[in-house]
Amino acid sequence: MSAPKEVDPVLEVTNLNVHYDTGHGPAKAVNDVSISLKPGERLGLIGESGSGKTTMATALMRLTRPPGRIASGSVMLDGKDIMAMSARELRETRLRDIALIPQGAMSSLNPVMRLEEQIIDAIVAHTSGMKRAALNARVEELLTNVGLAAEVARRFPHELSGGMKQRAAMAIATSLSPKVIVADEPTSALDVVVQRQVMQTLGRLQDGLGAAVVLIGHDMGLVAQFADRVGVMYAGKIVEIGPVRQMIEAPRHPYTRLLVDSLPGIKVKQALIGIPGLPPPLVNLPPGCSFSPRCPFAFERCKNEVPQPQEVGDRQQAACHLYPEHSALPPMPVGPNDTEAQP
Amino acid sequence: MKALMEVQGLTKRYGGFTALDNVTLSLSDDAPSMTAVAGESGSGKTTLARMMLGFIEPTQGAVLYGGKDVAKMSASEKRQFRREVQPVFQDPFEVFNPFYRIDHVLTTPVKRYRLADTDAKAQSLIEDALKRVGLRPQDTLGRFPHELSGGQRQRVMVARAVLLRPRLIVADEPVSMVDASLRATILDELRTLNRDLGISIVYITHDLTTAFQICDNIVVLYRGTVAEAGAVERVIGDPKHPYSQLLVSSIPLPDLDKVWGADEIPVTEANAARLNNGCQFAPRCPSVMEQCWRAPPPKFVPDTQRLATCFLYDGSAVAPDDDVASVFRPPETARLG
Repeated sequence: MSAPKEVDPVLEVTNLNVHYDTGHGPAKAVNDVSISLKPGERLGLIGESGSGKTTMATALMRLTRPPGRIASGSVMLDGKDIMAMSARELRETRLRDIALIPQGAMSSLNPVMRLEEQIIDAIVAHTSGMKRAALNARVEELLTNVGLAAEVARRFPHELSGGMKQRAAMAIATSLSPKVIVADEPTSALDVVVQRQVMQTLGRLQDGLGAAVVLIGHDMGLVAQFADRVGVMYAGKIVEIGPVRQMIEAPRHPYTRLLVDSLPGIKVKQALIGIPGLPPPLVNLPPGCSFSPRCPFAFERCKNEVPQPQEVGDRQQAACHLYPEHSALPPMPVGPNDTEAQP
Repeated sequence: MKALMEVQGLTKRYGGFTALDNVTLSLSDDAPSMTAVAGESGSGKTTLARMMLGFIEPTQGAVLYGGKDVAKMSASEKRQFRREVQPVFQDPFEVFNPFYRIDHVLTTPVKRYRLADTDAKAQSLIEDALKRVGLRPQDTLGRFPHELSGGQRQRVMVARAVLLRPRLIVADEPVSMVDASLRATILDELRTLNRDLGISIVYITHDLTTAFQICDNIVVLYRGTVAEAGAVERVIGDPKHPYSQLLVSSIPLPDLDKVWGADEIPVTEANAARLNNGCQFAPRCPSVMEQCWRAPPPKFVPDTQRLATCFLYDGSAVAPDDDVASVFRPPETARLG
């Protein structure tokens, strides 16, 4: 799956595999994923818990820790392979070229350091020779950029609200003007108004830097508000990817359709539709399509043959055996909402 | 109107901090209802829930259940109350003891309230409760909490509540830690319990979308006070209070024709000092007026089936009763399935 080639991609992930070693064999949390991102692009990656999205985020930074390991694949950042870098190159690249806004910023800040020291720490680790006055000015600028008052710099993390801590984490992530920002569920613990403020701040920062953003989440609504392109992850694979409007209005993969439908609106009261069943265990994936046990359209071929990504629309790819026979996703069969299947 | 539970002028202060300020709300006993309580972190919604459940005592005011003050109940009345008013908590990971099998949380209430005189009866009660929330007993019983997903664990908690055939379930953010794709199913089960077993439900949430879908009425709290209350179609469909308007416009809808405006809303601190007098929302309100700083607005009724505590509706009638439920619409008898 690759983007049109007019602009060179800033991030190109090719056949990335990340496994967790278990007593029963490797759990394939990221299974042969390829994506590419152009400068300034906003890609949303969504999936249920256990679909591999956080594993994907950490692997992009090469921050995978045992029992996880990057089994194979490459992550080209501006032409350099992160997977082939030396420890020193990697240390220099992180934050300067690619930065992570981690899930739960609450726990990513050091509780016994004032905010300014944490921001300065990040800057001096990558640039030498900056005077204290220049550093202070930079801290103030970064805090202003994320909508925080300058005096917040002197505070400790426990003196900040959840939204403020999330902004502080963003200030650190953008301190060196990275080319790619990976945001892993940056608003999962915040309420709606603060969530909107934080996402708008992220959007504004990104516009200012011209950076590409990978936003990871499980809420199709939130991703729709932010991303240009959406990728849907299921059991370690990207099952569908395409421009946000097509993904919401004309999804081709049944799983994408179910994800969109599981979000009720506020116009009409409707029956609430969940997705029956659970994602498969990653150690022992079903043969064929991983989604087939939960798919209302599954037929014989789905149980035997792994579907490969194919073009199903303009810049839209889906890994589903319904295509190319069908030109669009057939209407959902209505059936009783089955009880949740057990692992 | 006979009331199942009456919340009367309820106030909770922690030191000088007022978490909940003079809230009056009654839940009708005429028909099982579904009422949402919404608001941001620090709005007092969990404080209200904990007082309804009798976990903490109010600083002022009272919670009456069946006409009796929960704080002054005798031991046997309290026992009955504990059975009939059941909680479902936010975090499906913390409520389980990891060393006990799932069965433990289900057999304990059966024993404590002597729901069954034989083991076979107890087993069938438990299996029936699990089936009601869409779990297969043979796949659930005998397992440890870590072997179930978050959604399944939350369903076990709902099953535990159902086992006791309560009159009222107070569910505090029951799905906020569950994947979006599973939320719909769990909420649909709450609605089914309401409809089939006649259990009234108070749904505490910050998610207005699901509140709209499953509830009849909603109370929007802001910093301990009621900002707006009434039928969900009114309050969420066409909010009047500037705070409810902000909440509704911030819902991330998967609708590209309804994207958030580019203009950022000002950052405020949730823990900022509360006003001594005047409207709590005044410091953030885009339509703030001189009088908003002087006195708290009364409960205006700008149209029907809702009230808004906002001076923008000065001139409208003032709610005849302190009870916000006085503007509630009757629960739907036939809901969509």
